[in-house]
Amino acid sequence: MTTTKIFRAAIFLLFTLIGVAGLYFWMQIEFVAAVQIIVYVGGIVVLIIFSIFLTQQSGLEMPKATLQRKIFSCIAAICGAGLTGLLISQYGFTNNPDAVLDDSVQNIGTQMLDYEDVGFALPFEVISILLLAAMIGAIVIAMKSKVEES
Amino acid sequence: MNEISITHILFLSTALFFIGVYGLLTRRNMITMLMAVELILNSVNINFVAFNKYLYPDNLDGLFFTIFIIAIAAAEAAVAIAIIIHIYRNHHSIDVEDNEEMKY
Repeated sequence: MTTTKIFRAAIFLLFTLIGVAGLYFWMQIEFVAAVQIIVYVGGIVVLIIFSIFLTQQSGLEMPKATLQRKIFSCIAAICGAGLTGLLISQYGFTNNPDAVLDDSVQNIGTQMLDYEDVGFALPFEVISILLLAAMIGAIVIAMKSKVEES
Repeated sequence: MNEISITHILFLSTALFFIGVYGLLTRRNMITMLMAVELILNSVNINFVAFNKYLYPDNLDGLFFTIFIIAIAAAEAAVAIAIIIHIYRNHHSIDVEDNEEMKY
């Protein structure tokens, strides 16, 4: 049902992410689609592939999941998907086609650095501090054992 | 050809979310579990963008949530892979069944 080769799983993830970016292009949200391609396809998938090369042989097969775990996970996923699909199909969303989403890059940039009513300046600053902390934390965690060995 | 409405996009993101949940429950390799988490985050992003585009097009809140979620996912992936590489150096295995000394 699922592949047992981890490198193949990473390539499938790559194409899934490109497909999601294509969905954004179809919805005409070009900026988010570009960010999706740059960050996910160009960043995270490459990071995952590098970590696969660092941690195990790429041709090595992963052990298959036990049948009991497969069955119960399948039941959980199908029940959840069925319930959510039922709720979505019965809710009856009403489209709002007359208003047009202004998703130009200029508008996005202006609102992101705006501290007035519709601005997102505070989350922007918090995210930048979080990224800095994550970068320092990743370097410190990955370096730690080498320092202990030497 | 029928019009594609928000309901179809929500069905797609539901399918993506529960494929991610299935992967998270069955896999025992840390890197593949991380891939499943990425799938779940992507389905949430699709939901935010679709709601913003089809239901509330007069402001851009969903787009900003999506951009911030993408940034947090990048930070999370970097930290998670650093932890995974550190675990691999100490245990020579990234299977969650082999790394359970912090369990009790």
